[in-house]
Parts: sequence; structure tokens; C-alpha cells
Amino acid sequence: MTSRFNMRSLILSTGATLLLPLLILFSLFLLLRGHNEPGGGFIGGLVAAAAISLKLFAEDYRAARTMLRVHPLQLVGVGLVLAAGASLPALFVGESFFTAQWWTLNLPILGSLKLSTPLIFDIGVYLGVVGSVLTVVFTLAEAEHS
Amino acid sequence: MVMIAVLSCFVLAALAPRLHSLTGRQTGWLLALLPAAIFLYFASLIPLISSGETVRHAYQWLPSMAIQFSFLVDGLSLLFVLLISGIGFFILAYAGRYQEGHPALGRFFLFLLGFMGSMLGLVLSDNLISLFVFWELTTISSFMLIGFNHEDDDTRKKAHQGLMVTVFGGLALMTGFIMLGMAAGSFELSEILAGPSLTEHSLYLPMLGLILLGAFTKSAQTPFHFWLPNAMAAPTPVSAYLHSATMVKAGIYLLARLHPTLGGSASWLTILTLIGALTMLTGIILASRSTGIKRVLAYSTVMALGTLTMLLGLGTEKAALAAVTFLLAHALYKGALFMIAGILDHEAGVKDFRDVSGLRRLMPKTTLAAMLAALSLAGVIPLFGFIGKELLLEAVLSGSRWQLGLTIATVTANIFVVLVGALLALKPWFGKTITTPKAAHDPGPALLAGPLTLAALGLLFGLMPAIPADYLLRAAASAVYGEPVSGTLALWHGINLPLMLSVLSLSLGLLLYRFWTGWREHTIFIERLSQFGPEAGYNKLMQGLVSFSTWQTKTLQNGNLRHYLITTLATVVLLVGWAVLRLDKIALNIDFSGLQLQEVTVVGLLLITVLAAVTAKSFLVSVALIGALGFGVALIYVFFSAVDVGITQVLVETITVLLLVLVLYRLPEFRQLSSRANRARDATIALLSGGLITVLILLVTNASSMNSISSYFLEKSVSEGYGRNVVNVILVDFRALDTLGEIFVLALVAIGVYSMMHLRTGVLPVTNADKRHAVQKQREKSAKTGVKP
Repeated sequence: MTSRFNMRSLILSTGATLLLPLLILFSLFLLLRGHNEPGGGFIGGLVAAAAISLKLFAEDYRAARTMLRVHPLQLVGVGLVLAAGASLPALFVGESFFTAQWWTLNLPILGSLKLSTPLIFDIGVYLGVVGSVLTVVFTLAEAEHS
Repeated sequence: MVMIAVLSCFVLAALAPRLHSLTGRQTGWLLALLPAAIFLYFASLIPLISSGETVRHAYQWLPSMAIQFSFLVDGLSLLFVLLISGIGFFILAYAGRYQEGHPALGRFFLFLLGFMGSMLGLVLSDNLISLFVFWELTTISSFMLIGFNHEDDDTRKKAHQGLMVTVFGGLALMTGFIMLGMAAGSFELSEILAGPSLTEHSLYLPMLGLILLGAFTKSAQTPFHFWLPNAMAAPTPVSAYLHSATMVKAGIYLLARLHPTLGGSASWLTILTLIGALTMLTGIILASRSTGIKRVLAYSTVMALGTLTMLLGLGTEKAALAAVTFLLAHALYKGALFMIAGILDHEAGVKDFRDVSGLRRLMPKTTLAAMLAALSLAGVIPLFGFIGKELLLEAVLSGSRWQLGLTIATVTANIFVVLVGALLALKPWFGKTITTPKAAHDPGPALLAGPLTLAALGLLFGLMPAIPADYLLRAAASAVYGEPVSGTLALWHGINLPLMLSVLSLSLGLLLYRFWTGWREHTIFIERLSQFGPEAGYNKLMQGLVSFSTWQTKTLQNGNLRHYLITTLATVVLLVGWAVLRLDKIALNIDFSGLQLQEVTVVGLLLITVLAAVTAKSFLVSVALIGALGFGVALIYVFFSAVDVGITQVLVETITVLLLVLVLYRLPEFRQLSSRANRARDATIALLSGGLITVLILLVTNASSMNSISSYFLEKSVSEGYGRNVVNVILVDFRALDTLGEIFVLALVAIGVYSMMHLRTGVLPVTNADKRHAVQKQREKSAKTGVKP
């Protein structure tokens, strides 16, 4: 059964296939650069959600759902756990709840890598946003599909 | 170590269901090891505490709000801890056997251990706030326990009743605690108690009223006594635990704890002694009329709680000693008697005094335990209950006010107590043997260990009262009284007035026992009175609440989106507008200089888009135009170098358009359905709220004091947040807690949409033809009734 929105436009589906990996990559790029340049978990998450929705419109609900592999609500769960979990490390070093913690890793060839709880938190936000938006989009599209 | 004792209960509670599936039958005994260990640890503190020392442990919790996780062990908390853990040991073993084979036994242990931990935390807390947290935890876990057999409608109702009454009191208590903390200048009990008495403080009366409300609801004082007998819907081990040592004594604990600071005033004396005496009489008279074994016990618990409140109200040195002695005696015999009631139910299948008689030969060990405990309840020499009763009479006789009235009340109550004691000590065991539904026999050690030990302790303490007095009770009474108490306990005080009053009530009580049936028949009017009682009031109140919320839901939440918008916007316009109009001067500096061409262009475009959107003739067009509006706003953000906000705006608009397109399909075709007047009203509200927001923004931008926080963020972003993107640093670091809340809201929305779409069953039409048909019908219907779809 085809959806009413699924016009099966060749241009759209070819374009989507090419754009999708770039968009996902771009969303990750936005997520990681967010601390210093415009970007961040919220924006990155929205881009990723839009990218997967593009797949949904270019092909159909099943294709998008298969591509994601997991249920979007699971992403929400993981995201919330990461974001909430980022509040805890501070407690172990005796600082108050949610104080940002920074660790610098010196990698042999790549140079130093700075990791922090705000980064974990931002990844949590990213997953939470992708998951929530896609849950809504998929649920509505699924109702359409049946 | 004290903290470990409290927290270990919660940890074990979380593990209990898993453990139960591993260890099966023996889980009860296994879990009982924890309270046993706690008991032994605290017992090792007895020498220290009885010499007048206290132990205090504090851990920082929220230092910025002066909330500590602090624990205080003194005579009073030690007495309670030993009762909670000691009786808890027997209850866990007992429950393991009593509830054996119940499919949710693991969960039962979870609640029971959670309750134990909350109760320990409550009596050990030195901080008012953490005490309050534990207080509420006992409420919640006892709700779970009372409503454990939740498939039963009646059980749910009763659990709900207990919850409502105690939560109501808890709310009052919290307010009272905050006042107390403010008045005393500290939230630490040890500091409050060391400080001066607060009876002269200006907040004293409201504070006292609120705290008493909390304590009275928890400890089932008249007129809140009705929830306690109804809590008997719980499995018997729960009743035994909640009504012997714990839950209902929490209120008594609180009164005893705060007595040095809040006690001694005329209002304290009046309220506590009168309410206490009233509760005492109400409880025991209702007990004498009941026939259900557990019900009789529950009402006699109400009586005991009233007695304790009365004694704390008197507040003399003697009364303090009498209160802790009575409390210990009551915990011992009531714990035993409830467990015996459970044994009668479990092994013989009887729940009512009228159905049981002559089990003495079939259940000799149970009979022994029951008689010891019941005689202690009746206050017969040489059991510990006798000492408790003598002290009670002495305290009442030497009280500072209403000696005669209170003595008469106490003696009257004691007559009925003897009746109840006789019922428990004689009725099931002596006389002609009635065949019981199950073949009656003595149970195994898991069920019998508790009643036998507790009843034997009642005898031991009665014969050697110096043991509890020296090791425990004097220290506890000192904590209640606020100064060291020197009294001692003795079985024989010589022939004096209390003894004669005891003999009087004993003989009258036994006489009443002979005519128990007649007494019940002659007092049937009490049953008729109950329709005017507090429980009827409670039911009326609940019904009223339900009909009120039905009414307000129908009015405010009627499912019409336009209605929601109108209500929300009109409320905002009225309240905020009123606040704005009340400002002294409204200075709106509107300055058009420095305006740039691109800004004017974008704003002009926005205005055109808005006009087009509100006059659009199809859904798709209006959705697209609203999207365009969002993009235009994003451009404005970019002009003011809020790139992040701009990007977010663009993305949100994109996603919104996507979502709208997905739901668009579900909407009926675009038609003009509202009347001209309706549209005029909507336009007015829209213009008013838009105008108000504009005024607000102008006011805010003109206010200069708003700059401080943003400059702080700009300054600290790199140095403390290690990020150059201030917006992001605010989101993930400075204000991470807000963001966390926001993504939780987002997740809730997603779950909401998901469940609404998946749970609906055939409410929304599925095929297009169905849909059109339904829309058509809806229109016809609304045309008739005049209600907008």
C-alpha cells in the first residue's frame, strides 16, 4: 500500500539517498562543534531527525523505520539516561550536583582529546531530540500507513 | 553506621523481589537477618545512651539550603529503633510464612523493607526536612502495603483513604516544620531542642496547629481515627507491624520529640489532653462493640494512641515516663496479638470472635502467647502492661489540670480495655469447642516465634521492670521531658489509689465481658450515630472533590482547541495586562534611528505573510505561510547575531511543517465554520495578546537591570565553561538542569503522542470513506446542537 504523500519522486528519492549520509554527518558535526561554534545537541538532533524524516517522505515509513534499526523511543530513553547521568560524576569528586567535569586524554598520534560531562549531556540531548521528534513523526506516519 | 542501617533497608528492598525468586520459602528468615543486625548494632549503643549521651552523624546534602542528612540517636530514637527492628525481625519471618505462595510476595517484601527503612529514617533523622521526607515515605510505602491486595475494590478504597488522610496531614506538617525551622533558626532537631522553648514565639500557634494536624492524622486521633481500622484491609503481618511499633506511632514520636520545644503551653496542654482523652474513649468504646478480631485490635490501638497523646499533653516528668512505658508495653502486646489474630485466620480460618471458642487444647502454644499478651493489655499484675497502667493513672492523678475528669475518662477506658483483654485472652480459647473452617493447630516457628517472644518479654519486663527502666525507658523519658528523669519502675507500689482504681476497672470489665452480647445490643445506637461521624464527612468531601473536578474538567478541558487557546490567552491578557497597568509609569522609548534596510524589508515581508496566513483558503497554504513566518523570524535572529537561535528556529519550523503535513491529512476539509461574531472575538483576543507581548518586550528591553546576568555568562563562558559558544555553554553547563527538564518534557510529549495514537481503539476513523462519513455526521450533529466540532 502506498501512502498518499509517497509520490515516489525519482528526484527526491535519489537526492535523499545522496543527502542522507551527509545530513547525518552534518548533524554530528553540529553536535561536536557546538561548544565553540554555532551548533549543539539540540540543533544537531533536529537536523538528524529532519534527515530521517526526509527518508520517510522520499520512500516510505518502513524504509525509514528499518534504517533507524531501533525504536525511536529507545533513543529517547538512552538520551535521557545519558543526560541525567552527566549530572552524577561531580558528586564523586565531592562537588555539587551537575558541576561540569573535564578530562583530557592524550592520544598518541591524534593529539589531546578533551572529554567532559557537558559533552555527554549534549549527546544525551541529541539522542533525546532525535528520538522524540522521530517518535512523533513515525507514529503519525504509521497511522497514515495502516 | 547509622546511615548505613537506614539505607541498607532500601537497598535490600530493591533486591528483595530478585532474592525471593532465588531463595523461595526461606526468604522471610533471610531478609529478617537485616533487622536483626540493625537491632544488635543499636543494642550495642544502649550503655552509651542510657548514661545520657547522644550520638549524632551528619552528612552534607544540600549545603546551600542548610539541609543535612543528619542522624541523632538518643533515648527516644533508640527506643523506637529497637522496636522497629526487633518487631520487624519477627514480622519478616512471619510474613514469609503467612503470605507463602502469594504470587507477588517479592513485591510485598520490597514494600515492607522500604517501609522499615523509612520508619528508621524517620525516628533517627536529626534534620526536619529529612525527617519530613521519611515521614512521607512511610505514608507512601504504607499505602502500598495497605493496598497490597489491590484487585479488591474495597481494599483499594481503604488504602486510598489512609493515604488521603495522612497526606493531608503531611502537607500541614511540612508547613509547620518550615515555620518551626524559621522560628528556631535551625532545621537541626538537636539544635532546636537545645535552644529555648518556642511557646512565646509569634508563630507558635500556627506552627503548633499545623504540626499537630500532621501528628494527629498519622496517629489516628479523633476525628481522624477512622482510617486506622480501615487500614486492616492490609495483610495481617502489615497490620501487626504498622499498628504495634511503627506507622501510627510516628505521630506520637513527633509529639514526644518536639515536646521540650513546643510543649508546656496552655494550648498544648488543652489540645493534647482533650483530643487524647476523646480518642482514648472513642477508640475503646468502638473496640468493645466490634466483633472482628483485627477490628477490635485496631480500635484498641486507637485507644492506646489517644492515651499516649493525653500523657504527652500532661507533659509532667511522671507523664513522660508513663508515656514511654505504656508505648513499650503496647508495642509488645499489640504486636503479639495482631500476629495471633493472623494465626487464627491462617490456621483456623476465623476472623470473628463470635465464630471461635475452645481452641485451647488444639492450639496450646498460641493460647499461652495470647493469654500473656492479652493480660498485659488488660493491665493484669504481674505483666508489663500493669506497670504501664499504674503509671498512667499516677500521671493523670498528679496532672496539673482536670485531674478528676481525666481520671474518670481513664478509668472508664480501662473498664473497656479489660473487656477487650478478656475477649482476647478467653473467648477464642476457653468454653465449648466450635468447629472452625480449617482444622485448628499450632503453627510452625515462623508464625509463633514473634507472639511467644513478645508476650514473654511482657512477662519478663513485668517481673523485672528495672531492666527496661535502666537501659532504655529513663533515657527515652528524659528525651521527651527535656531534662533527666529520675523515676523508676516497680511492680508493687503498695496499696494506693491507682491500685484500687485498677481493681475497680478489672472487676467492672470482667462483669461487662459476661454481658458482652447484651452490651453490644444495647449500644446499637452508636452505629446509627456513625452516619454523622467523621468518616461520613470524609466521604462527602471526596465526593464533592470528584464532582468539582468533573465540573471544572468539563468547563475548562472540554477538548475544543479554540476554547483552550481563548482561555489561556485571555487569562494571560487579563492578569499580565492588569499588572502592566498598575505600573507607575510606562516608559516606552521607541527609537527608529539606526534601522537598516534589510530589517525593514524582513519585517514588511513578515507582516504580509501574517495577513496572508490568516486569510488563507486552504490548510496547506496556511501551513506553508506559517512556516515562512518562522523563517522570517529566524532571519531577524541572524541580523542580531543570535546564530544559534536562528538555526534552531529554521529547524524547528522545518520539523513543524513536516508534522503539520502529516496531521493535515487527518483534518476535515478547509471550511468556514465559525460565525462572524466568533471570528471578531478571536481577532480581538489575538490582537490584545499580541499587543500586550509587544508592550512587555518594549518594557523589558528598556529596563537596564537585566544586563547583569548575560554579562556574567559572556564573561565566564570561556573561563569556566571552556566554550566560546555562550548559548551552548548556557544550555549544557550553566543551565544544564533546565535543559534536562526540557528534554524530559520533550520525551513526555513523544510518549504522549505515541500512546494516544496507539491506545485509541477505533475512535478515529481509519479509511478515507469512513472519515468523510464521520466528519459529515459530526457536522450534522453540531449543526443541531450548536456546538462547534
